[in-house]
Amino acid sequence: MAAYLIRRLIQSALILLGVSVITFLLLYILPADPVRQIAGRSATPEVVENIRRQLGLDQPVWVQYGHYLWGLLHGDMGRSYLQRSEVATLIAARLPATLQLMLGAILAELLIGLTLGVIAALNRGKPLDTGLMIASFAAVSAPQFVVALLLLYVFAVKLGWFPIGGYGTLSHLILPSITMGIMGAGWYSRMMRSSMLDVLRADYIRTARAKGLGRMRVVLRHALPNAILPIIAMIGMDIGIFMGGVVVVESVFGWPGIGQLAWQAIQRVDIPIIMGVTITSACAIVLGNLLADLITPFIDPRIKLR
Amino acid sequence: MKKLMISTALSLALALPAAAQDPDPNARPGGDIIITYKDDVATLDPAIGYDWQNWSMIKSVFDGLMDYEPGTTTLRPGLAESYEMSEDGLTYTFHLRPGVKFHNGREMVAEDVKYSLDRVTDPETQSPGAGFFGSIKGYDEAASGAAKGLSGVTVIDPATVQIELSRPDATFLHIMALNFSYVVPKEAVEEFGADFGKHPVGTGAYSLGEWSIGQKLVFRKNPDYWIAGIPYLDSITVEIGQEPVVALLRLQNGEVDVPGDGIPPAKFQEVMSDPEQAARVVEGGQLHTGYVTMNVTTPPFDKPEVRRAVNMALNKDRIVQMINNRAVPANQPLPPSMPGYTADYAGYAFDVEAAKKLMADAGLADGVETELYVMNTDPNPRIAQAIQQDLSQIGIRAEIRALAQANVIEAGGNGSAPMIWSGGMAWIADFPDPSNFYGPILGCAGAEPGGWNWAKYCNADLDAAATAADGMVAADQADARLSAWSDIYMKVMEDAPWAPVFNEQRFTMKSPRMGGADALYVDPVSIPINYDYVYVSE
Repeated sequence: MAAYLIRRLIQSALILLGVSVITFLLLYILPADPVRQIAGRSATPEVVENIRRQLGLDQPVWVQYGHYLWGLLHGDMGRSYLQRSEVATLIAARLPATLQLMLGAILAELLIGLTLGVIAALNRGKPLDTGLMIASFAAVSAPQFVVALLLLYVFAVKLGWFPIGGYGTLSHLILPSITMGIMGAGWYSRMMRSSMLDVLRADYIRTARAKGLGRMRVVLRHALPNAILPIIAMIGMDIGIFMGGVVVVESVFGWPGIGQLAWQAIQRVDIPIIMGVTITSACAIVLGNLLADLITPFIDPRIKLR
Repeated sequence: MKKLMISTALSLALALPAAAQDPDPNARPGGDIIITYKDDVATLDPAIGYDWQNWSMIKSVFDGLMDYEPGTTTLRPGLAESYEMSEDGLTYTFHLRPGVKFHNGREMVAEDVKYSLDRVTDPETQSPGAGFFGSIKGYDEAASGAAKGLSGVTVIDPATVQIELSRPDATFLHIMALNFSYVVPKEAVEEFGADFGKHPVGTGAYSLGEWSIGQKLVFRKNPDYWIAGIPYLDSITVEIGQEPVVALLRLQNGEVDVPGDGIPPAKFQEVMSDPEQAARVVEGGQLHTGYVTMNVTTPPFDKPEVRRAVNMALNKDRIVQMINNRAVPANQPLPPSMPGYTADYAGYAFDVEAAKKLMADAGLADGVETELYVMNTDPNPRIAQAIQQDLSQIGIRAEIRALAQANVIEAGGNGSAPMIWSGGMAWIADFPDPSNFYGPILGCAGAEPGGWNWAKYCNADLDAAATAADGMVAADQADARLSAWSDIYMKVMEDAPWAPVFNEQRFTMKSPRMGGADALYVDPVSIPINYDYVYVSE
């Protein structure tokens, strides 16, 4: 187990290094000059060159990367080109909002996905089952931008049940969480349905029923916990998907997380922020996958980590 | 020998010192308003901030030596109570208003003015606006780092500061009203260092009360502001991160007072066709021109006939219709509300046949291929398609390259783009003076690689005429100077490095309770609105 953990940690570090190199190079070859973005329209060529020199952007790319990595290893993500604030501060200020949203999304996808999956399984072959599976298919394929605007329009504007975007209270969290979670909910309802159907066919369920236990009791006490297991392990993987989704969802709902920060930084070629958010997300994804792998043997003792 | 000289605009302002400072009879002090923006406020450091949304926030937190009458382009004294200019136009002496205090309670003195100007031109500050101060003596030494501070700025006594110029500069007082020149207290800048932009301390009508990064900023009334009775509002809350569509919905719901990003194009018709909502939209001109640049160094646009033909081929009325009439057709670089605009110029008429003839004269009767660069956000690609269609009528087959803003700017700067539609990146004046539309975008300096003169148009005669015009600093030369600038832009149109297309209008929507003159909501200088003078009525 310890050897496995050490190997995985080294792998993770290498992945993060790779992410940083690739992102840095991609940003470097981008046909857009960050200095021009900082200098604005009225800057004279001397002002532009001065800013370039001050930021060290006149150096060769490997020197720039070396500086960046050195700083990163010392916990310094640099300063935003346009805001002048420390990237670490900007990310730290926004990370709680993103984590809240991800937590909300996980809850939403499990709550919706598992419930619908169980209902579908129990009604196998009936119109309700077919309807739910079509709905789940739609949920998986719907673009988040559309879902977000649709939910906003119906539940916030027309019905007025929720605030129209913003951040702060639980009611602000609900619509963005559902938007983020709806794709996962679609997947999970399908997985839950088939997992549930497998379990319901298992011998011990028949035994439980034969003992004379009620149908609901069998489903809730015996079938559900077993059917859920394979799904729990998937949640770690969701973090990666969510990290992509936050950019869109946070922008639409005005959610002050790191996705919004990244989106604004990309438009203005604010490289330190783009690097910072990319590395933070990569860390989250690597960590999520690692946790998912570590949890699996606890859930299913048949799996051993080597 | 120094002689007291005051520009016409200023003498008018001095003769009626209370005109704009007089409280609006309907104004009621108090109240809190909510403004929304999509993008983060990057910084409130006046030496650095250069964004759409932080521009007028900085104006409300800080002050400069000079200022503008609210809602107009008329200069008036700001932190300087009065000033004198020497006869040769090379020395300005500013007398500071007594008793002006920074938000930290300390009195503002001449030393602060010098410190602020030295700071903005110091290369370590990395100010995008450093170049505006090029006419101050000692600028080159300071900007290159050879000297610390501007040798031309001298503190005479705590209430007097003298600024010497290396050349007469008719725009100098506008520069002293520009955000980049605003006065900051040294102790606060040193305390917060690079984070001063998040902890601004100025002399302005509002001080920053609270800033939750990515969420909101709260500006609080400065009770000791040096203009009595101003500002009216107790506080302004700026909420960040809201899509323009969402902001509009919230406004309709009564949750927002002014959506800072304006009415989203997709909702414009809907809003304007509802009389109740349309009544709350204030329309105004802005110092903006949208244009097509033609790179005069690459074929086919090295031929003036082709450039003139493009000017005649564009159906500007149709393009203006496409954007729901949110603009007026343009025929010259300057927008109509800019001093120096040539009102009696007819421009190139829309005439496809004449344009075809010009193409034939240029030896291109069979047509030619080229590329049109455009920023990839709506409505710009649609406008580019209209331009493409118009050009195909005269045989110019333009392929559209829709790219992110930064990439278009790059292609324009390095000269690889034959044509660019300026939408989304177009010139909006930094200050209301005709010279501001020339140097960086039509002059030789801007034609250097990386410059904003995307047509790469460089006419040495016009550069000389521009320098001469800006040397006309005496008050009685003001009209001659404007007509000199008018001539310059007329010559530009003869050479036709641009095809001016339209001047965008501004549309600011407000909640029913917002009060104050309409001009405050489309203030040409304090964009989008003049926070100091608006009020609420309820």
